[in-house]
Amino acid sequence: MSAFDIATDNGIAVLTFDLPNEPVNKLNAAVTVEFAALLERLRNDGGVRAVVLISGKPDSFIAGADIEEFTRLTTQQDAEALSREGQEMMNRVEAFPKPFIAAINGACLGGGFELALACHYRIATDGPKTQIGLPEVQLGLLPGAGGTQRLPRLIGARAALDIILAGKAERGGRAYKLGMVDELVAPPILRQVALAAADRIARTGVPHRDSRGGAAAALLDRTPVGRRLVYKEARKTVLRKTGAHYPAPLAALESVRIGLEHGMEAGLADERRRFGELAVGDVSRKLVQIFFATTSLKKDDGVRDAAAADVRPVRRLCVIGAGFMGAGIAGTAILNAEVEVRLKDAELPRVGKGIKAAASILDERLRRRRLTRPAHQRLVALLSGAADFSGFTRADLVIEAVFEDLKVKRQVLAEAERELRPDAVFATNTSTIPIADIAAGAAHPERVIGMHFFSPVEKMPLLEIIPHAGTSAAAIVTAARFGRKMGKTVIVVADRPGFWVNRILTPYLNEAGLLLAEGVPVELIDQTMTRFGFPVGPVALLDEVGLDVGQKAASVMRAAYGARFEPSHVVDRMVADQRLGRKNGRGFYRYEDGKKQGVDAGAYAVIGVRPRDAGVSPTMVEQRLLYAMLNEAAMAASEDVVRSPRDGDIGAIFGIGFPPFRGGPLRMLDDLGPRRVVEVLQELASAYGERFTPAPSLVAMAADGRKFYPG
Amino acid sequence: MLKSIQRKDVMSTVPPSRRAAIVAGVRTPFARSGTILGDVPALTLAREAVKELLYRSELDGAEVDEVIWGQVVVSVLTPNVGREVSLLPQFPSNVPGYSLNRACASGAQAFTNAADQIERGHADVIVAGGVESLSDIPILHSRRFSRTLVEAGKAKSLGGRLVAFGKVRPRDLIPLTPAISEPSTGETMGQSAEKMAKENGITREAQDRIALMSHQRAAAATADGRLTAEIIPWFGGRNLDEVSTSDNGIRTDTSLEALAKLRPVFDRKYGTVTAGNSSPLTDGAAAVLVMADEKARALGYEPLAYLRSYAVTAVDPGWQLLMGPATAVPKALARAGISWNELGLVEIHEAFASQVLSNVQAWGSKAWADRLGLPGPVGEVDWDRTNVMGGSIAVGHPFAATGARLVTQLANEMRRRDVQFGLISICAQGGMGFAMVLERT
Repeated sequence: MSAFDIATDNGIAVLTFDLPNEPVNKLNAAVTVEFAALLERLRNDGGVRAVVLISGKPDSFIAGADIEEFTRLTTQQDAEALSREGQEMMNRVEAFPKPFIAAINGACLGGGFELALACHYRIATDGPKTQIGLPEVQLGLLPGAGGTQRLPRLIGARAALDIILAGKAERGGRAYKLGMVDELVAPPILRQVALAAADRIARTGVPHRDSRGGAAAALLDRTPVGRRLVYKEARKTVLRKTGAHYPAPLAALESVRIGLEHGMEAGLADERRRFGELAVGDVSRKLVQIFFATTSLKKDDGVRDAAAADVRPVRRLCVIGAGFMGAGIAGTAILNAEVEVRLKDAELPRVGKGIKAAASILDERLRRRRLTRPAHQRLVALLSGAADFSGFTRADLVIEAVFEDLKVKRQVLAEAERELRPDAVFATNTSTIPIADIAAGAAHPERVIGMHFFSPVEKMPLLEIIPHAGTSAAAIVTAARFGRKMGKTVIVVADRPGFWVNRILTPYLNEAGLLLAEGVPVELIDQTMTRFGFPVGPVALLDEVGLDVGQKAASVMRAAYGARFEPSHVVDRMVADQRLGRKNGRGFYRYEDGKKQGVDAGAYAVIGVRPRDAGVSPTMVEQRLLYAMLNEAAMAASEDVVRSPRDGDIGAIFGIGFPPFRGGPLRMLDDLGPRRVVEVLQELASAYGERFTPAPSLVAMAADGRKFYPG
Repeated sequence: MLKSIQRKDVMSTVPPSRRAAIVAGVRTPFARSGTILGDVPALTLAREAVKELLYRSELDGAEVDEVIWGQVVVSVLTPNVGREVSLLPQFPSNVPGYSLNRACASGAQAFTNAADQIERGHADVIVAGGVESLSDIPILHSRRFSRTLVEAGKAKSLGGRLVAFGKVRPRDLIPLTPAISEPSTGETMGQSAEKMAKENGITREAQDRIALMSHQRAAAATADGRLTAEIIPWFGGRNLDEVSTSDNGIRTDTSLEALAKLRPVFDRKYGTVTAGNSSPLTDGAAAVLVMADEKARALGYEPLAYLRSYAVTAVDPGWQLLMGPATAVPKALARAGISWNELGLVEIHEAFASQVLSNVQAWGSKAWADRLGLPGPVGEVDWDRTNVMGGSIAVGHPFAATGARLVTQLANEMRRRDVQFGLISICAQGGMGFAMVLERT
């Protein structure tokens, strides 16, 4: 089946790209072949004066290359050859003897934008779906079809690096301002304007493009000395943001540099060589796996047959508990899911504070111009609150975020149930209480489900959904779909203490406490783990979570799982000293105006140690912390706490910040090999205690060579 | 003068199923201008009242056919507040809305317009109400300065702009604020109230007694929750944790002595109208949910009361400006086909105590009855059944919101006392009078 259609009118050939049986257009091998043949035909067709490339899809121009094809690359040579093919295709477009115009509406990303860059003239719409950029580095790659060469030449080194190194995409308006496209038009007239431009350019040639950016650009972008400064600055930014764990941005920077300093040909050669290296490299492989995992999670409603479940869309959400968590849920739900939210608390002043906190999430977007003023006004109007249950009879979903106390939660559920429709879903936001316990005694236990949000809700990407044994499929699907509408990555996990994320996090945090109790300095612990790739170290994380919260969670986990989860005395002593972490400005770190400063030396006295650097190797710190988590992950996985290794790894990456380039704890166990992991755990157990006893499932896997991810 | 009364066609021919039922009503706290609602745009007040009306009545916004809204001092940026309210996301976008101005009777007019539409069968469910923010009034430039700004805007060069501004004189820069005065006579409301006190022989003490009663009754109805049940909580302050659940103009501790100490405002020497016996400038919004009886019942609501009749009249503004009710009330009673004595409750809007007493005097007067061609006086006011929860002097008077407040307040009290008929009387700017009769069954 053909992906392109050609209609010629008045000498202008309109080339419409509409990939059959796909929601979006993407570039794959078959498309490339067909496109090359069409180019030949159009070139030789005397009746054609100019070509307009436009998409037949409503929301995408070309969303990029087909990533599936990347996963089939086995050698660097193959990957480099793929890049070369892409480059040659773009070169042919650029060298096309007749004007070639890109008419862009919707996603114009990666290879799609590289194709547009090779065109002689670009027109984009200001439609809401228009996104133009080069996101390749987010998959551990670089733009391998000339993107590192053509974008800097078009918009200058600084602006181009800004997009390429961060893997950014811009809306139509911003793309036009930056010079990424030549014209910006309203979507309905795109085709018409493109036809007119094609006719004009066929007669009078491509208009001159004014150079942008004024004096700064003249100095920085257009002199070798200035550019040297730009490269240096970009390199520093990359290293600060990625901690040198991600090779792609630095590789892209190098390709840009070589292209600008030594010419396009050298640049293209460097680009395809580095693309080859990156594409078969470990980091890109991991990031691509995560990409596919999150993509498949977006379609996963958490039950076997979601179509059979009687699910109603959520139009009104009621949130009980207007504290930090409840307000965060309310604000995020309005912002991303655009539903009515009714915030309920026992006292009106608390309701008011909650409304303020929820609205501040929207206000922040307005300030950063992510929301227009009318959109902001419309969203704010979705928010209301009360001290009674008014508004609950029309609720489709209730999320309760009251104090972590079983009795309180059950009482709130009983009160709400008196008001709710029988088919409304009741979700409880808890991190420590079994959902089955909360649901016990409910009039309709089948509609009770756990939704474990992470704090701050508007920023944390993960949501754990926890059905108890009696939860209906409809409730699971409702919660999962709504969680995704809120912008969360959703995993459905088992109703076991700690669920998944806190289950594997607790031994890790406990181990950090034990290290502290031995006198290992805070800096050594935290720096070791940030070097490993975590965004923050475990001690800083304790401060963030709140030591009282951590203490409570740890004791619940200890009660559930026994001696393996025995915490150190460190957190108890900190809490006894009123050191609750960031929230009261006193923790392992010092805080000034809410900003984290250095380590608070006073904390050592509180926990009763003298910090000692000598004799503690970072390797051992890393091993103890990491293996505590890996072992627990294996244990929980064997208890089916997660439905698949995919969910487990995504949960760890999005819930804890487990380094994405390592693929997640279960992927890491596969990479390390169960046999090796068991050996290390046994050594750790004999040196540090029983808690490191290898999970029986790991021992079994070591024996029979099974893996979490077969194949 | 009341020709229509003499016609015998006064009883409504509306089929029972289409009767306009008052299902619910809410309002914001009424706040003296420049206090807790001082920074809140009128539109926000109106939208919050309507949102809360929907949540409290558990009504799906998709059931609403129209929004009708009153506003007297219109905000320049949102001249059609009714449409802006109907654009709340709680409604589907196909709900139309409009605004009207019947001066201080606007909220009542919004309600009766809704009733008209429902009785005609054009609508089943309408949200009606009114809003006023006297903290948020438009301030105008002088004509000359406005013209300068327009010219400067059109000027093509900086020079042209400077030339335009060069014509401005200092006096052109004095802003104009809309006065609460009659465009036709130049007389302010207060001056009219003062004039009525003198012409009708209303004493200072009589006026102060009305004011005292208003405050005492409003305070009692606030304390026992009858008034506050209709008030939505207002979240104010920087962190929205300063919550108001009642009106802030009600003085629980005032006395005749305290009221007597106040100096007259409009005639400092011989006057009797004071800030104490007048309604204050007030910010607030009120909303009423109106439905066809059959629709209300189909949705499971028990109506509070129904509209039985209404009448709007006018007198010469240059005569006694606030005397409209003297003619409107007999007309509404005639249209209702009932006599004054059948009224179980009466709500008289208190713009000024002198106006209330002037209206009361007229209703009880044989001379007035003769003037109107009525067989006898309209009726004697029984204060035990009149303004039983106080009135605008204590509660406050956000112009266009007052009528909607009165509808809700009267309907709720009629239900509580199981009263069959209730009357609302409102005087309005321009010499207009508005009266309506509600019935329970």
